[in-house]
Order: sequence, then structure tokens, then C-alpha cells
Amino acid sequence: MAIDLRGKRAHADTAFRWLAFASAAIVLLVLALIALTMAGRAVPVLDRMGLEFFTSRRWSPADGRFGALPFLWGTLYTAAIAVALAVPVSLGVALFVTQVAPRWLRAPIVYLLDLLAVVPSVVFGLWGVMVLSQHFGLGRSFLTAGVILAIMITPIITSLAREVIETTPESEKEAALALGATRWEMIVGAVWPHSKAGLVGATMLGLGRAMGETIAAALVIGSSLGQVTLDAFAPGNSMPAVIANEWGEADELHKSALIALAVTLFVITIVVNMGARAIVERSKR
Amino acid sequence: MTHVETFSEVLAPVVFDLSSLEVFYGSFRAVRDVTLQIRAHEITAFIGPSGCGKTTVLRCLNRMNDLIAGARVGGRVTYHGVDLYGTQVSAPEVRRRIGMVFQKPNPFPKSIYDNIAFGPRINGIRDRVKLDEIVEKSLRAAALWDEVKDRLRSSALGMSGGQQQRLCIARTIAIEPEVVLMDEPCSALDPIASARIEELMRELKNRYTIVIVTHNMQQAARVSDRTAFFTAELDSQSDQRTGVLVETGTTAKLFSNPREERTENYITGRFG
Amino acid sequence: MIGTVTATDLRPRRSWRRVKSSIMTCLMGAALVAIVIPLAAVLWALFDKGAGVAFRSFPDFFTAEIPVVSRRAGPGMGPAIVGTLLVTTGAALLAVPLGILGAVYLHEYGRGSRFAGLVRFMAMVMTGVPSIVMGLFVYVIWTMRFGYSAFGGSLGLACLMLPIVIGSTEQMLRLVPNPLREASYALGASKARTILTIVLPAASPGIVSGCLLAIARAAGETAPLLFTVGAASAYNPHLFEEANTALSAQIFGNATASFVAAQDRAWGAALTLVMLTFVATLAARLLFSRKRSA
Repeated sequence: MAIDLRGKRAHADTAFRWLAFASAAIVLLVLALIALTMAGRAVPVLDRMGLEFFTSRRWSPADGRFGALPFLWGTLYTAAIAVALAVPVSLGVALFVTQVAPRWLRAPIVYLLDLLAVVPSVVFGLWGVMVLSQHFGLGRSFLTAGVILAIMITPIITSLAREVIETTPESEKEAALALGATRWEMIVGAVWPHSKAGLVGATMLGLGRAMGETIAAALVIGSSLGQVTLDAFAPGNSMPAVIANEWGEADELHKSALIALAVTLFVITIVVNMGARAIVERSKR
Repeated sequence: MTHVETFSEVLAPVVFDLSSLEVFYGSFRAVRDVTLQIRAHEITAFIGPSGCGKTTVLRCLNRMNDLIAGARVGGRVTYHGVDLYGTQVSAPEVRRRIGMVFQKPNPFPKSIYDNIAFGPRINGIRDRVKLDEIVEKSLRAAALWDEVKDRLRSSALGMSGGQQQRLCIARTIAIEPEVVLMDEPCSALDPIASARIEELMRELKNRYTIVIVTHNMQQAARVSDRTAFFTAELDSQSDQRTGVLVETGTTAKLFSNPREERTENYITGRFG
Repeated sequence: MIGTVTATDLRPRRSWRRVKSSIMTCLMGAALVAIVIPLAAVLWALFDKGAGVAFRSFPDFFTAEIPVVSRRAGPGMGPAIVGTLLVTTGAALLAVPLGILGAVYLHEYGRGSRFAGLVRFMAMVMTGVPSIVMGLFVYVIWTMRFGYSAFGGSLGLACLMLPIVIGSTEQMLRLVPNPLREASYALGASKARTILTIVLPAASPGIVSGCLLAIARAAGETAPLLFTVGAASAYNPHLFEEANTALSAQIFGNATASFVAAQDRAWGAALTLVMLTFVATLAARLLFSRKRSA
């Protein structure tokens, strides 16, 4: 008895597979295109300034001089302030949710964090410039930007910290408690060793976010020419803020300089994010 | 080919012919040297201790092993003389002819009606009247019609475990397969629900060839015509346990007068 | 208690260890308060300064055009609301299908493959790419050639949404039990068929919820719109033609204006935007929790 098991040719099946493949590949395509097209646009200014683009403090579009050091400093300094403020709070909330809060309280807290995460950056910026900087005597400064950025990166650090902390085996926590450890001793003895690396990754991720956050920083950082100073109350400027504020009236070379800033920002955030993700993923296993 | 059938009854036509079948998952050899025949309109039972590869062999018969990454099949499996693993053979087509019922009932999160109609629909049947007819016929064949005829539009997830399993059987026979493979179909059910499924199997046997994997020897003895006993052997080279076929025969003979000592030990409960 | 002199005392002893643990627990609670305060402060400011502007002569603020002279008092964010909806819808139409298909590839086809691992990792990294970089990227590849339009903004937002949709969808596909896929294959369904008729419908509440969250987040973005959408004060319902505007861009523009009227409009627009995003977030949560309980 000869039977036919060949079935229909599965053209639709193959087509769907390729469609899905192409969709996945778009992620890589977009990242590659960002790097390539923007690097091309940044060439004119780098040609002219060379390495001085990163080391000079003089940013003077009128005479075609572009030294981005103050903005690099501003980006790193505000991000550092933001992380310093956000990490203890995020860690506290993450521990509270996972170790202290009764079950019924967990969902509302997570929901609260969701809301905080979804408030648009420009709204924080508006609040920062109209309320925080005026009524709390902070003015527009590195510190004001740092505080606003800290509020904005708290949800992501908290949610990653939660994921990492939750990987601590229940048995080890119970073992610690069974030995008479207090809750804090249990956290230090059982949770911390398991979560250390992942928390470092979560912190780095928050750092990456803070460096790239544009609009809120642009509104509250001060928009001066930027300065390299440790004085947190001084007005300054950061890379994304400069791009957002100066793009409107920029000529070609100036635009090239702003794109070069964006490329720099892209490279820094990509590197920080890759490191952070690698650490977080490894520690979740 | 150590175990050759010697009695001389008139045998039904061979549906599956397995010779020296072996299955690998990556570098791990799950079963080896399986040579057996499965005949039309009989219930063949695969029994043996857990880890002996009986489910693995069953999943070779409708190419479900294809879905497991790294799975590889050696030897030969023919279905009505056609090599199931031949290059021209399409796995979906094989599965359309050889249905399968799983260990745990796995109804789709859809209505009872849509569960049954899923198979006919993917075979291109769109006609409402025709679909209604198939749904009723399949549910009747699975002895489920009277229980659910008033709630065909409600979710299948609201049924009891036994009903869900009978729904899965109805879903399988809705595509009119020639063979129904059952992988421990009663292991998640209570004794009463199990008894109903067994009863159903005896009824279905007139129209379908049935292969059932079970770890319940009484069940094999009650429902099957022919039994294949598998066990796991320690492979001296790789230090891994590999499933092997010990013996096959009519169920009556295998349970009353097994040829192999290992079979006897297992069915009398001294091992396993 | 009285009478048994030798009863074992199980009451906690006051020791520095216990005090320390209590202090730390209090600090964790304080951290929670520390995130509630800014959220409450922002929401309070929004209602305090925005509600009056937005609802005084309802529904003018939501329908009237934006005054061309920003010094002039009076309503109007209608064009910005339309612009936000247009830009965000365009972005969703691009990113949602691509993201879902991409996630399908990662989980249903490429599981374990190197390519899928790379894409998964780079998608996570892509969520960290600053939105202003996306905006400039779209300016370079689109706006320089085709000029300002709502669609340029859609492209920028789509770049932000894509990795979020991929990530959340893949997580939802992971929750679909494997026996469902096997049941479909065992009936002779092809892989594409199984994915489209069994796997995606089973995961759909979670997928929709993830997409809504991504949309809510994208709707509030400003940076990708600055270079791509342009500026307008009148209604422009065309996706591909002419400059447009959006709520977020209006807030940014008016926040630093020195005229009280413009600042008022910024607050009204901010309240509107936050209401939009909160409604989407709320809908997403409700959808997903209903799925869990079902």
C-alpha cells in the first residue's frame, strides 16, 4: 500500500519564519544604522577638533570651536549624584517589598513604582524647573538635575534589584533565621552575598539611564556654557541637554558637533548597558 | 531480532514496522535496538519502569520528537511501508494521520466547540454545517456529547479532568486519523474517570489502531491485545541508562507466560 | 505565668542586634516614603496648577487651537493632543507587530541559537539607548530627506518601543505551557499555524498589557520629537505631511517661557499627558491581573 506522506509544500510556514526572523534582525539593524549614519555626520567636527573635542573646555559655536569637556563632566556628575541618591532608596524599597511587606501590600507598591516610571520625563522637568528649583532654593544646578534624575531612575533600579533579590534561595534565608538571626542579619548574611553582583549591574543600568535622560536635565541643569566643577549648586550643562537646547539655532558644523555629542553618549550608554545587562543576567541564573 | 513470534494465528496487517530504532537527545542515547511491529485495529501497550524509553518510542511514531532540540532518530520506522523519517515526508502530514493524546489533558483555552473544530479547520474545512456535524460526531465517539451538548460555547477549561481528557480524545479523532497514540492517558485521572477512558479505548479500537503507553500493568492487561515490555539498562561505556525493548507478545501470553526473566520480575512486582 | 517559676522565657530580649534590625527595617520603610513623596508632590502640583487651566471652560482647553503668540492667555492644546495621538499611534503600528514577531522568533524559532541570544541581549541594551540619540538618528535618516512630519516622530518612538515590546512579549510567550503547542502539532498544525492560532491568543492579555505600557511610556517622550516633528499651532491630522506638534513638545517649549499664560498651558498639557499615560497604565494592569485570576 503506497501512501503519500509528503503533505502540502509549506510556503506559508517558511514565509512566516522569515518574517519573524527579519523582525528580530531589525534590532541589530537599527543599532548598526545608528552607529554608522551618525558617526558619518560627526566626522566634520572631529576632523576639525581632533581629540580636543573631548578635552577642551571651550564650546563656542560662533567661532567654530567645540570642546565638549564641560558637558561630559556635567553628564557624569549629574548621573553620579542621581545614582548616589537613588541606589540607597531603591535598595531600601526593594528589600521592603521582598522581605518586609505583607503580601497584600506588595502589589500596590509595585503599582506605585509603575506609575512613577510612566510619568513623562518632561513632566518631571516641568516640576523641577517650576517647583523644585524655585521653592527649595536649589536653583538650576547639577544638584537639581541630580535629584530629578534620581526620581526618574528609582523605578528601574528598584525593579531590577527586586528581581535579583528574589533569586536568593528560600532555604538559605530560612537557615539564617533558624540560627536565630534577626531580619537584618538574614539580609546581610543570606540575601546580600547572592545579590551583590546583580545589584552592581542594576546600579550601572540606572547610571546609563541617568546619563541619557534628556528633557528633564535640559530643563533644570542651568543651560550655562557648562563648567567643570564639583560645586553641586553651580549651574552646568550635560550632553543631552546641550543637544536639546542648541539644536534649534545650530548651523551645519554646530549640528555636526551636536551629533558628535550624541554619538559619544550612544557609545558610553551602550558600553555601560552591555556591562550592566551581562552582570544582571549572569546573577539571575 | 531475538524475539520472533512463533504462533500461527492470522495476523492483522502491519501498520508500523520498527527495526533497530534508536533515539538520541544530543549525545545521550535514550533508547536502542527497538524492533517491533504494530498491527491494525489492535491495542498495543508499551509498559516498563520509568526512564525505559517507552514514551520516547511512542513519540517517534508521529514525529513528535522532532520538536525537541537535539533529538535524533536512528534505525528505521515505516508506516504502511513508507519510511516515516524519509526526506520527502512532512511531519505535519504524518501527525494528521497519526493522532496523539497526552499524559495530562491539554485542551486549548478556547470553547469546547473550537477545541474540536481546530483540527478540521486547519485541514481547510470552513463550512459551518460540516463542522457542527464533525463536532457532534467526535463528541459522541468520545462519549462526551450528552454531558456537554448544552455548553459547547463555554470554555473547555471549566470541565473536569476526566472530561478534559475525553475532549482531547474527541479532538484527536475529529481529524479522522488512522492511528491514535496515547501517552499515559489516565495517569492524571481518578479511577472512575480512568475506567471510562479504558471503556472508550475498547470502543475506538474497531475503527483505529491504538498504541498506549502506561505504567499501570493492570490497565495494559485489561485493554491491550499486544504488549511490549521495555526496561532501562546501564550502558557500560557511557555510564548512562538506555532504554531497551525486552520482549513483545500477545498480552495474554506476555502476562501469563513471559519468555524473559526480566519481564516476569517486573510483572510480578519484584522489580520496578 | 504566675506559679511556674522556671517557665522558659521566649520573649525577645532587648539586644543591640534586635534594635539594629528594627532600625534597618524602619529605614526600608523610610525609603518607600522617599519615593512616595516626589510622586505625590508632582501629582499635587499637576492638579494644583493644571486642573484650573485644563477644566476652567471645559472642553475648550482640549479642543481649541494653540495661541500663536505664546504670551496671550487662554486655552488651547487641541492640536497637541491630536499630534500626540497621531505620533503614538503611528509608532505603535510600527513597533507592536515588529516587536511581537521578533519575540516570536526569539522564543518559538531561535530558542538556544546564538543569533537569538545576541538579539535578546542587544534588545535589552537598546532599551538603554537615550531617546535623544534615537531622535537624532531619525533626523539623519528621515527628516533630512522628507522634512518634518508626525511620522518622523513615530519612527523615533518606534525605535524606543521596539525593544520593550520584544522583551515583554517574550516573557509572556514563556508563560504559555508547552503542552498547548504539542497538542496543536499533534493535530497536524504547522508551526506558523500553531503560533498564530494557539500560542499568541493564549498569551494575548499579557502581550496587550505589555504593549500598552510601552505605548504609555512612548506617549510621554519628548526628545525624539524635537528634531523630527517640527512645530505647529493648528490642527494637522496628516501623518506624513507638514510639521506637527505634541503635548510633550508643548510642555517642553512652554516650561521655560517667561509668560505666565504659557506656563499655565504647560501645566494643563502636563496634566492631560499624565492622565493619558495613567489611563493606559491602569488599563494594562487591569488586563493582566484579570488574566492571572482567570
